[in-house]
Amino acid sequence: MIAWRSGRWRELARYPSAIAGVAIILVLVGVALAAPLAVPYGEALERWRGGERWQYHPVNAAPVWVDRLRGGRAPTTRVIASRDVEAEVHPFPGGRRLTLPLTFDYAFDDFPSELNLFLTAEGHARPPFVRLLWQTPDGREIPLGGHRLGERERISISQDRALAQRLGGLAPHIGLFAAEKAEGEAGAPSLQTGRYGLVLEAVLFDAEAPLEAELVVYGRVHGIAGTDHQRRALSLALLWGTPVALAFGLIAAVGTTLTTLVIAAVGVWYRGWVDAVIQRLTEVNMILPVLPILVMVGTLYSTSIWLMLGVVVLLGIFSAGIKTYRAMLLPIREAPYIEAARAYGASNLRIVMRYMLPRILPVLVPSFVTLIPTFVFLEASLAVLGLGDPELPTWGKVLNDAQSQSALYNGYVYWVVSPALLLMLTGLGFAMLGFALDRVFNPRLRSL
Amino acid sequence: MKPASAGRPVRPDLRRSRLRDLRHLLLYAAARLLALLATVVVGVYLTILVANMGGQVDELRLVQIRSEAVEAVRADPAFFDMPGEERSALVERQVALEVERLRLDQPFIVRSLDYLRRALSLDLGRAEQMHSDRGSREVRDIIVERLPATLLLFGSANLLVFFTAVFAALHLSRRYGSALDRTVIALAPSSAAPGWFYGIFLILFFAFLFPLLPAGGMVTAPPPESRLEYAASLARHMLLPVAAMFLSSIFVSIYSWRTFFLIHSSEDHVEMARAKGLSARRIERRYILRPTLAPIITSFLLMLIGLWSGAIILEQVFNWPGLGSLLFQAIGHRDTPVIIGGVVIFAYLLAATVFLLDFLYALLDPRVRVRGGRS
Repeated sequence: MIAWRSGRWRELARYPSAIAGVAIILVLVGVALAAPLAVPYGEALERWRGGERWQYHPVNAAPVWVDRLRGGRAPTTRVIASRDVEAEVHPFPGGRRLTLPLTFDYAFDDFPSELNLFLTAEGHARPPFVRLLWQTPDGREIPLGGHRLGERERISISQDRALAQRLGGLAPHIGLFAAEKAEGEAGAPSLQTGRYGLVLEAVLFDAEAPLEAELVVYGRVHGIAGTDHQRRALSLALLWGTPVALAFGLIAAVGTTLTTLVIAAVGVWYRGWVDAVIQRLTEVNMILPVLPILVMVGTLYSTSIWLMLGVVVLLGIFSAGIKTYRAMLLPIREAPYIEAARAYGASNLRIVMRYMLPRILPVLVPSFVTLIPTFVFLEASLAVLGLGDPELPTWGKVLNDAQSQSALYNGYVYWVVSPALLLMLTGLGFAMLGFALDRVFNPRLRSL
Repeated sequence: MKPASAGRPVRPDLRRSRLRDLRHLLLYAAARLLALLATVVVGVYLTILVANMGGQVDELRLVQIRSEAVEAVRADPAFFDMPGEERSALVERQVALEVERLRLDQPFIVRSLDYLRRALSLDLGRAEQMHSDRGSREVRDIIVERLPATLLLFGSANLLVFFTAVFAALHLSRRYGSALDRTVIALAPSSAAPGWFYGIFLILFFAFLFPLLPAGGMVTAPPPESRLEYAASLARHMLLPVAAMFLSSIFVSIYSWRTFFLIHSSEDHVEMARAKGLSARRIERRYILRPTLAPIITSFLLMLIGLWSGAIILEQVFNWPGLGSLLFQAIGHRDTPVIIGGVVIFAYLLAATVFLLDFLYALLDPRVRVRGGRS
């Protein structure tokens, strides 16, 4: 048995496509194993739910490396925190005045995508007051108004309509970074690089209580996979999508092929009404449309990936494969070695499981391998239809988000391409191995 | 079966055997039709069970009935100055009446049979929120309106893939081992991805990066007046989805057909024809294609079955107004009658395909003609 196998495997190694396929699969399995180590399951779900933890990420930013490969210098996100700068303190009776210069060097090719200021003022009896002043490299000073602060305040400078109007109709994150124009000069605003500063002049009515400020200059590129419309880093979903996709594909493929095979063998062995029932059920199952039923289950019950997996396996049990396996098993049933087994008194179960099934297992291996990507894509398809698992980050859900946000229309190509490439890679890896296996294991193809 | 040319007298024994063949064919078709009908009944009943399990549909309907009753009582000026308790009693009475009218108080088994009867006679009920473009709320009208679009798109794509694949495969099986042959084999794994997947990329390239073709829809809006322009617009819109389906299945189809023809062209009777010195064309037509016609047709129809359900997402991606995107919209609206109706229609389409398969098989397979429905 072992020798036979090693011979087949050696034969398989002659196909470059098989080796490439195995390499892809190994990489994917490696990523799948690394994902839970890098980000534990619970944390991945928690983070993918979104919310405040992503507030320092830009919206819809492209991957950094794409821009750098093209030779661009698109801005990345900068956080300038007050704890890193020296504050000037002027005490006065009943409180103190703070001057916080949040300065930074801006040396990118493009305007930032957004400008936010996060302020934390905890433990103040009376709300503090803060006045903002913007300093440009060429020495202009633009007042950004004053704010009375709550405990946690988020000042969206980019959303300041009045400021935009003062800047000549430009969005603040563009207008504040644009070079001054000569009188009557028209055209697009040009970026000014150099040292910018946001000076906070705060009046605190408390001698001790702290004031923390963080100025976030959002970039246009982020990380290795970019971000989505909810500021979530896509790398998380792409990373965690790998184990989910592989697990779904593998479990569904194992579940359907093995059950189908056992049922076909049982039908062939027992004949009579057992066989008839199995055959009729297969015919019924053939007219049950799989995807619409999955859609129905997803709509009426739950879109949990495990329920979907269960339904896929259930619908796959009496699949058309039964007819193929039956045709293969029928001659085996009459083989002399089966008769020998009967003669020594082997039980029915033993004959089916130990004598009939092992005979057709090799033929099954290729179709099993090619089946895996089908299910991986099925999961993605359901997600694209909006029936993805409500909690798990998967490739399909990333695609679905991208579609619902018209990513292609808005030019966020990375958002569609990265999950699609991963899907394609998975599909290709298994398909290439499967096709090569088919040529090695399938007796009818061996002579060709 | 060569058609009997008119004028030439047909020998009586031949005519008798034709009659026998016809009788057997009809018998076989009737038997298969009966069996399939039974299958459809079971399949649709299973669908209804799935849709109703846990009383989901009934609960939805009860909520709907209640809210309608409350609304009706509140809106009616006759009940304006009725005390609250009396009013809620009235609502309860209305709900009870409606429940009795819809037979929701009967045991599920009775009602499920009623659903079955209605679904089988294509009385699919009224949609909860959706309506057809003409404004009808009948699920059947909604579906009938969408069906031609689906049939057009998938029919043309499938026919294209099938004929291209069979003829390319015949061509390749003659040039077995050539560079082209090996390229096709190497490209076969690309079919692991479904059509919608290629669709996304085609849209990206041909609609956004190089805006040559429309990204979605079936015709331009507003639809062109003249027939010719309408057809031209339709063709332009069909190009990308058909290309997507074509890309996703062409290489694997060619690959499997090529293998199939290779196996068959090494059979003894083909070798003999070659030895006799018959032309390659004649060998292909008479000795390879003719005996393999039955499995070819089988696989064509099986491909159809496979593509029916793939339709949903491709239509969604291309915004094609067919059954698939209807089902998708129904999911969005949680419109249960439309979803169930769609599943029933899909079941019918599949059953029709299977029947066609059986019937064509009977036409092509001499064993069925000779022996009738008994296998």
